[in-house]
Formats: sequence, C-alpha cells, structure tokens
Amino acid sequence: MRGTAKLAMRMQMLFQRKKAAVRLDDELAFHLERQIAENLAAGMSAEEARFAALRSFGNPALLREEAQATWSWNWLEQMGREVRYGFRTLGRAPGFAALAILVIALGIGANVALFTVVHSVLLKPLPFKDPGRLVMLYEHGLPDDSEKFAYNVVAGGVYSEWKKQNHTFSDLALLQEDSESSLSGSGGQLPENLKSAECTWNLLTTLGVRPALGRDFTAADDSRSANGTVLLSWSLWKRRFSGDPAIVNRTIYLDTKPYTVIGVMPSWFQFPRSTTQLWTPVYQDKPEKVMAMLDGHMFRVVGRLKPGVTAAQGVADLSVISRRLHEAHLDNPFISRRATGKPLLEHMVGDLKRPLYVMLAATGCVLLIACLNVANLLVARGAARRKELAIRAAMGGGRLRLLRERLMESFLLSAAGGAAGLLLAYGAVQWLVHLRKDMSRVDAIHIDGAVAAFTVGLILLCALFAGLVASLSTKDTQLLTALQDSARGSSAGHAHTRMRKSLLAAEVGLTVVLLVAAGLLLKSYERLRSADIGCTTQNVLTMRMGLPGARYKTPGPGPANFFDALLERVRALPGVEAAGFVEAVPGQGYWEDSSFNIVEHPPLPQGKGLFALNRWADPQYFAAMGIPILRGRSFDPSLRLDKANEIVISDSFAKQYLPGEDPLGKHVHTISKDFTIVGVVGNTRYAIGEQPMAMKYFSLASGEQNGGTLVIRSSRDVEAQAMPVQRAISALDRDLAVSDVLTMDQLLGKSTLDESFNATLLAGFAVLSLLLAAVGLFGVLSYIVAQRTSEIGIRIALGAQREQVLGTVLLDGLRPALFGLALGLAGSVAVVRLIRTMLYQTQPLDPTVFVGVAAALLLVATAACLIPAWRASRLDPMQALRTE
Amino acid sequence: MGKPNDLVQGTLDLLILKTLLPQAMHGWAIAKRIQQISGEVLQVQQGSLYPALHRLEQQGWVTAEWAASETGRQAKFYSLTAAGCGQLESETANWNRLSAAIDLVVTQA
Repeated sequence: MRGTAKLAMRMQMLFQRKKAAVRLDDELAFHLERQIAENLAAGMSAEEARFAALRSFGNPALLREEAQATWSWNWLEQMGREVRYGFRTLGRAPGFAALAILVIALGIGANVALFTVVHSVLLKPLPFKDPGRLVMLYEHGLPDDSEKFAYNVVAGGVYSEWKKQNHTFSDLALLQEDSESSLSGSGGQLPENLKSAECTWNLLTTLGVRPALGRDFTAADDSRSANGTVLLSWSLWKRRFSGDPAIVNRTIYLDTKPYTVIGVMPSWFQFPRSTTQLWTPVYQDKPEKVMAMLDGHMFRVVGRLKPGVTAAQGVADLSVISRRLHEAHLDNPFISRRATGKPLLEHMVGDLKRPLYVMLAATGCVLLIACLNVANLLVARGAARRKELAIRAAMGGGRLRLLRERLMESFLLSAAGGAAGLLLAYGAVQWLVHLRKDMSRVDAIHIDGAVAAFTVGLILLCALFAGLVASLSTKDTQLLTALQDSARGSSAGHAHTRMRKSLLAAEVGLTVVLLVAAGLLLKSYERLRSADIGCTTQNVLTMRMGLPGARYKTPGPGPANFFDALLERVRALPGVEAAGFVEAVPGQGYWEDSSFNIVEHPPLPQGKGLFALNRWADPQYFAAMGIPILRGRSFDPSLRLDKANEIVISDSFAKQYLPGEDPLGKHVHTISKDFTIVGVVGNTRYAIGEQPMAMKYFSLASGEQNGGTLVIRSSRDVEAQAMPVQRAISALDRDLAVSDVLTMDQLLGKSTLDESFNATLLAGFAVLSLLLAAVGLFGVLSYIVAQRTSEIGIRIALGAQREQVLGTVLLDGLRPALFGLALGLAGSVAVVRLIRTMLYQTQPLDPTVFVGVAAALLLVATAACLIPAWRASRLDPMQALRTE
Repeated sequence: MGKPNDLVQGTLDLLILKTLLPQAMHGWAIAKRIQQISGEVLQVQQGSLYPALHRLEQQGWVTAEWAASETGRQAKFYSLTAAGCGQLESETANWNRLSAAIDLVVTQA
C-alpha cells in the first residue's frame, strides 16, 4: 500500500510540480488566515492581528522552500534550473558561444568520422558465420627466413594435399582472387570486362554464407567435365540484368563460353575484393595439370578451424604436410616447406591498421587542441566575470555550486558542438566512402550505436576537460583581490594570463607534432610519386583487354595475329606516336614469374632455384614506353610462334645472374623452352615503392599470351585517343571489351591512392590545428593587450617609442608560441618513430621538414600576434588612461 | 519547559501521526490540537510543521485531499494511511524505549 502511494506521489511530483507549488501557497495562506482570525478573536485590531500573524509566520519564501525541499525529484528540478540558467548566460554572449560550438564541432566531427571508419573496418567482425574461426592460409616462399614472401599464394597441388591430410580444419576452400572475365554483350548491351574469382565449390559453405537467390555450387559443378556455372554479385545483377529474378538458370557467356547462372549473392557480400562481380568453380575452368602443380603458386586458401582448435595449431598442422611435400621433392626448389596463416579479418584489412590508427590519433590531437581552445575561451570569460563571481562567492554561493555552473556551461557548449559534429561526421563519412571505394570493407562503414555512444563519451570528456581546466584558474584566495581591484590595477588577472599562456603553449606543441607528421607523409608521397619507374609516364594511355580463350587458342597464331593487326591499326591512327602491347605495364603489379636457369652456367645445387618476373611484349613495346635498350636489340618480329625463341632481359637480371659477362647470345631455359638472349633493357619497377626485380621479356609473336595492356603514346592530348583506339579494337573483334582505360599518371595515382589520401588528410588536420592555434594566439594576445591598456598608455605617455611597444607586445605574445614550438619539436622526435613504416625514402628525423614546420609556425604566430601588437602600439595614451 | 523549537524532527513526526489517528485534519488544526493536548507546552511552528507534513506525505504515511473546512474555505486535509499506522506504532515503541532509558539515567543519583 505504501509502495503504491509513494509511487503515485513521485509521479505527481514529477508531472504536476507547478500545481503542487500553487497548492502549497494556498495551504500556507489558509494557515495564515486562521492565525489572523485567532488573533482578531483574541482582541487585536485588524492591522495588529495581521502583523502579529505574519511575524509568527516567519519568512514565507523560506517556508515555501523548506516545504518544497522535502519533495522528490528535487535534483531534477535543480538540474533543469541550472540548464536554463546556462542557456541564458550563453545567450548573453552569442559570439563566444558560436565560436566555441564551431571549434568543438570540428574536433568532435573529425574524431567521430574516423572512429566510424576504424570501428566498421578494423573492429567489427566480418559478416560471415562465426568469423573468428576463419583463417587465410599461405605458403611461406623460399627462402624461409626472409619476410618478403612470407605470405605467398598457394599452389593447387599443395591445397589438395592440405585438404586430404589435415586434422585441424573442418573445411578448406581455394580461390583465385584476381581473375578477369569478359562478359559478352547481350540484348543490346556492350561486352564488358569484369573482375571475377574462381573458387572451389565449398567456398561459400566454408564462409558460412548462402546466396540471396538461387543455389550454391555443388561438388558436381566443380569438376572438369561439368557445365559452366556462375554466381553473380548483387550489384551486377541489379545493374546489368535489371534485378530480374528470372536470371536464375539463364545462360550468359563469359570469355565466349556458356555459363548457367545458378544464383545471386547478397548485396553485402564482397569477397575476396569489393570489385568481384562473378564467382565460377575453379576445377571446371583450370586444367588438371595446373591444379595439381606443387610449385605453381597462384591461389588463396581460406580455412575454417574445427571447434577448439587455435589458428597456430591449424597452421602448424599444415606446415607438417608442406614439409612432407618438400622433403619428397627435394629436387624442386620451389616447393615451400612451411605454411603461414592470418585471421581472415587481418588479411583483408591488416594494411589499413597503422594508417587508420595514425589518423585516429591525429584527430585526437585536433580534439585536444579544440578543447584547449574552448578552455581558453572559458578562462577569458571567467576573467571578464571575475567581480561577479567574487561577489557571488562572498554572498555564500558555494564553490561547488559555481564549479557546477561552469561545468554546465561547458557541457551545453559540448553538447551543441557534439550534435553539430555528428552531422559533420555523417557528411565526412559519406564523402570518404565515395572517395575510397577501393578500400577493403568500405561497404561496412556505417554510423551505428557504438559510434553514437562514442560521440556521447566525447561530449562528456570535452565538457569535463574544458570546464575543469577553465575553473583551475579561479581560486578562493583571489576573492578579496578581485573585489579590491581598482580600475587601474595592472595586476588584474595574472593567474588567468598564465593559465591562458600555458594552454596556448600546449596547443602550439600539439599543432607542431601534427605538422611534422603531415610534412613527413607529404614528403614521402612526393618521393613515391617522383620515383623513377623506369619508363615514360607522360602522355601514355593504357587499356587492358583479354582475348577469350575459346576463340583465340593459346598457344597459337590467333592471339599473335590479332595483336599484330591491332598494333598496326593503332599505330596508323593520327596523333599516335607509338604503340605497344605488354602483359602488364610498370606499376601494374607483380603478375607472373617463373623459374629459370642459364644454360651455359654450371647446374645449380639441388634444392636451389632461380626465378624472375615474366612479361610478354611486342617488339616495339620498349621504344613506345621509353625503356632504354642498353645492349643488343628488341625481338625480331619475323620470328613467330614456335620460332619465337628470343628473350630480352632487364639490367638487374644481367647484373644479378650474368655478372661480368656479355649476356648477348647466352641461353636461358625457362617455361620448358630454351631462349636466346638478344637484348638487355633498362630496369622497371613492377609497383611504385618496390625495388626493381629481375625481369625477362618474351615476344608476343609466340602466341602464348592472350591478354595484357595496350599502351599508346601521343604528343597531343593522349586521352582523346581512347575512343579512336577502342573503335579500332571493335573493328577487329566486335565482342572484345576493354577495361581500365587510364593514362600512366592516373594508373600510378590509383596505386598510390592510399599514401596520397593519408598524406592529404593528415595535412588537412594539421592545417586545421594551425588555424585553431593561430586564432587562440590572437585571442590571448588581444586579451593581454586589453588588460594592460592603461599600462601601455602610461608607457607611451612617458615617451616609449611605438616600435618599442610593438616589439614588447609581439615578444610577449610569441613567448608561449616559442615555448610550444620547442615542446612540439621535442614531442615530434618521439612520435615520428611510430609512422616510420609509412614513410618511403624519408628519414623520420628529416631536417628539412622540421625546419620547414618551425618556420611556418613562426610565420603564422607572428602574423597572428601582429594585429593586437600593432593595435597596442597605436594606442592613444589619453584614451587608454581614460578607459575604465 | 523547553522552547517549542526544541522538538526533534523525529518526535514531531510522532506527534503528527498520533494526532491524525482519530480523524483527518488540516495543518492549522493539527498544530492547535498538539498545543491543546500538551497543555500549551508544545507549540509547533509553521516553519517545522509544513516541511514535516510534506515529508510524511512524500513517504506515503499520510495522504492528503482538499476539502471544505469549517470556515467554508478549501483546506488540505491530511489523514493517516495504513502504513502510517504501522509507522506510528513503531515510533511510539521507539519513543517509549528512549524515554525509559533517559529516565533511568536521570534518576540514577
């Protein structure tokens, strides 16, 4: 009974507080009336009765308050009052409030945006069943002790042995990641090249995913004799097949071969890459010989661990199997003897970890600077309200109460800034997702509950930090001095000034750290882009194409004739200076390699093997790309098909494997044939940022290669050549599609997108911090000048030169900046070690960057201090002395 | 003969609850009744009466409703709840124990 009555009372007090207050007034009025009546009955006059009653009644306001103090939900009412009061005080200084909110919004917005990315990409588990048990497996390439090839692709034969002999995995699936398929045109649609993946039939079951439409592969689909089957991606289905569910069981043509569509994958499924659009069974496509190879590394293997088995145990189990294979074929130096593994999530996003965390730390710095700035602003306001606060404290306002007020103000600012920042973050995330569609798991980036909780946490942190730091500057002992302060006192707010200067020094220090980091990343990126890749990169257009195997059998005359005809036509186009064809241009990636031995050299000891990169190229390719022919010549175009037994080697090949001898005329035995070395060409890098590797070039006229990159050099606008070239191609073969039409500059830019993005973003943060610090510096110095107006006025009146005044004030303002600079440089020395792995050919302690940053900061600081200093020097002494 | 404001908060609660036992009353009547029964010794001030009444109401030991008073004006009448009766008993027992103990100490020569 009591419980319900109490609850009812509490509800009433919560929702009908005003009514209860009015009722209380009525109750007290009634009591007063009866008292007056009693007094009248006792014989007093009307006036006397009233006065006597009131006197005995006491202070009505106090009475009311004491009665109300017993009500429940008092704390809520008090908080409501404080919030209203906070709004009012902030409303009286809208400029300050707007500035503070903007600053906090920028700081929180940047943090929340980056946290969204970090949380979605690095921390959220993969959208597969029980993703913690999925492992990506690799072979450790030889030599065993070098880290370079520790996570190498796996050979088909090794996978079969792993699958047969392992005890630790419930399922192992294999896939080839980077295939391309040409989807034939149908129903008026042009053919297009799509990224595809070939996989074993159990890939989806290993991952624990089901197609959204249709069915999964079965073991029957994954054999050489089966009919072609394919799974489509959701986006491809929507875009190309209008999202028609009748696509299931229809036939499409990939590389001119028929494939039955058996299903469509869910929209969120992006494996192995965000660009994969098709999945086909691997055993159906690849010849048995290729799949049985133990030394031909080309596949990725995903495994699902059995319950209770750790990844280390699984990898160790597979290593034992690998070792057995290695020992059984000691004459073959390319069979690995160790397996390695990584959690699947790590495989997909491991590269992004360090850059993302560095960015997150940078936004943390920006937020800290923003908080320091707001604290600075709050201190300034506190200084302005010094007398008011002193009076309130003297009248009995508890210290805690005043502190609570400060915190409430700072909380209101943070909350408003946080809300605005969340909106900014939303926009930033959308922009980021649009810009970096290439990033792993970019589809998973969403603002969700965790992000919202993080935002709330940041708001509270900001409020506490700014509020507490700001209240540090007020002390009880200053009450008397604050009240006694005469208008002329120049000692006004010394503690405030000191606090503001130290806050400023901290801000500048953090800014310097960010600037140094950004400077290093920018320098590293510039080094990366300007690194000589070994060929011409200006005015060169590239496009990729693949000849479907069904129509252009390799090896055979089909491909060789096609490329001859194509290059003839392209070279005949107006404006085309040179054209060539190669398997992959420099910067396009590793592609393939093969083992070899020099015929004239003594045989290698057992277990030792040499390998170098392979490229098929047409004879005029080197000239077209500006790769210098250092010795000998390019291929003889009249030697075709099986007569094409010439090989051209790169300079590093010659230096590494034929040192001190003339390579021309020597023979190389590779890919089961003997080739004669006819030329040595300059080195090229297969990827930006990598050392040039030994490369061997084969003639395209051999008819072994049916795909690659067409390169076109033009003195005029090379991009305008794209359409004429594509027309020439379709004139030769209507069904052929080209993809990745990019100039060399664009291609290289794409491959360095990560570095450029990181450097630009960090530079943006650094510039933002610099701006905040400059504004802070300006504010502090203006404040100091305002405080010392009368002092400066006296100085000028007594004969100080204006330049002297300018100099003194400027120096006064620059001192915290200089102190901050020193702090920042010292801090940078420690911090840059963390980004060492992100730098290319740049020392972490690069003197140019450090000096540059110091100079930039001094420049900006001087500029920021100049205006208040100049204003101080222009003070009219009479005005100054008359103020206040 | 203590000053009226010497009443400890706890004892005021006890007095109010006891006074409300027979019938519902408004604040003025409660004060008058206590004064009357105690032989003009205990004069409850408004400053302590109304906070006490409101606290008792928040705790659920008394309940209140507005009704017409003797003079015809609306007044807030407090009445004891069942829980309040129980509280009254326990407070009375406490008071008896306390006063007996004080008695013992004081009469100890």
